[in-house]
Amino acid sequence: MSGILYPIIVLGGLGLLFGASLSLASKVFAVETNPKADEIRQALPGANCGACGFPGCDGLANAIAEGEAPVNACSVGGKPVADKIADIMGISGVEVVRQVATVLCQGDCNKAKNKYVYNGIMDCRAQNILAGGSKSCSYGCLGCGTCKDVCEFDAIEIVDGVAVVDKDKCVACKKCIDVCPKKIIELVPYDNQVVVKCKSKDPGKVVRGNCSIGCIGCKICVKNCPVDAFTFEDNLAKINYEKCTNCGICAEKCPTKAIFSSLGESKVAV
Amino acid sequence: MRLFTILISTIFVNNYVVARFLGICPFLGVSNKTETATGMSLAVTFVVTLSSIITYIIHHLILANLGLEYLQTIVFILVIAALVQFVEMVLKKTSPTLYNALGVYLPLITTNCVVLGVAILNIQEKYNLLETIVNAFGASVGFGLALILISAIREQFEIIDIPEALEGFPIALITAGLMSIAFLGFNGLV
Repeated sequence: MSGILYPIIVLGGLGLLFGASLSLASKVFAVETNPKADEIRQALPGANCGACGFPGCDGLANAIAEGEAPVNACSVGGKPVADKIADIMGISGVEVVRQVATVLCQGDCNKAKNKYVYNGIMDCRAQNILAGGSKSCSYGCLGCGTCKDVCEFDAIEIVDGVAVVDKDKCVACKKCIDVCPKKIIELVPYDNQVVVKCKSKDPGKVVRGNCSIGCIGCKICVKNCPVDAFTFEDNLAKINYEKCTNCGICAEKCPTKAIFSSLGESKVAV
Repeated sequence: MRLFTILISTIFVNNYVVARFLGICPFLGVSNKTETATGMSLAVTFVVTLSSIITYIIHHLILANLGLEYLQTIVFILVIAALVQFVEMVLKKTSPTLYNALGVYLPLITTNCVVLGVAILNIQEKYNLLETIVNAFGASVGFGLALILISAIREQFEIIDIPEALEGFPIALITAGLMSIAFLGFNGLV
């Protein structure tokens, strides 16, 4: 009889003991969660993409509930999600500037020179290891499409050896920005039609030798801008998107057309 | 000296993953990124060391006294499962930073066979309490070493050309096998 009794007592006793101590511990160590955080979590897209810089949607929901993050921190959800969260938090009238990733290089196969012919693995990171890639310009798009591979929204295409982002498909999840070894993809406001599509910090003469559509640092745009939206640093013009009125004067005056303007395109498209 | 021998032997010579083939599931499952591998290793170190101490005490105080050694497996599993839950609750309350760092890996290792394997082997090898702690710590460091090594190798797979038939798990298994052979080189060290 004791042959079966002891095992039952020991195992059952241990089970009871652990069960009781666990249920006790769950009371003692209970952590209060913010009810707002749960509601916000419901409103978020739930893709756990990490574009906001927090660990997943749960992390962002907690941060918003604690007031550590703005209600419009989710770039993927955009305005509809920001509005919902603003309702939950009791804040109204928050403006969301929609941003899209933009590849700041236009040096395609015809315009940019190569220093060697690359025949290796089709991955920008691999090409970049080999003397910084095949392009003569060390700030140019390598065109292997690593950004296209990581994009989960099919927003990137390789056209003539340069990556191009489809503005309407991009949700600004920043995955391409993280993966680009050249760091030439940046977030630009969706409504902004004029962008300096060049990242070269080389002096004008070097840029001219490498590429026919790079910024040569002539400052014509800086002088001609009616609203002083340009800053000039390291031989490179930069637009302050908050000041820019999309007048398009800089794009017209730019001698190398490194300043890209989609103003004309949209008129044709309509 | 004996403690040092145990430590070196569990980390390199009798590495629980590549020499004893325990814990293969997390070894292949969470070794895609070095970051997650590090989190997993930390969680395993924590739980293995703690559970070894508790199982040692329970085995010698209760099971051995009543002659119930054959209940070892089921009792140890019970202990490990309850312990992991308990540790998770305590960490969540007292140290949110550590809780976030270990994250989902803590509940995941409830059923990791390294944890049970170390607890049972401690008893089989007739270690005393101090040797048990050293052995458990060494085992989890060895586990972490193997896990971080393979994750570093697997990160490189993303940018190299692999024959289509070998993509994913096949190449990971081949790599694991080669790593195991490499670790055999430590044989005879102690």
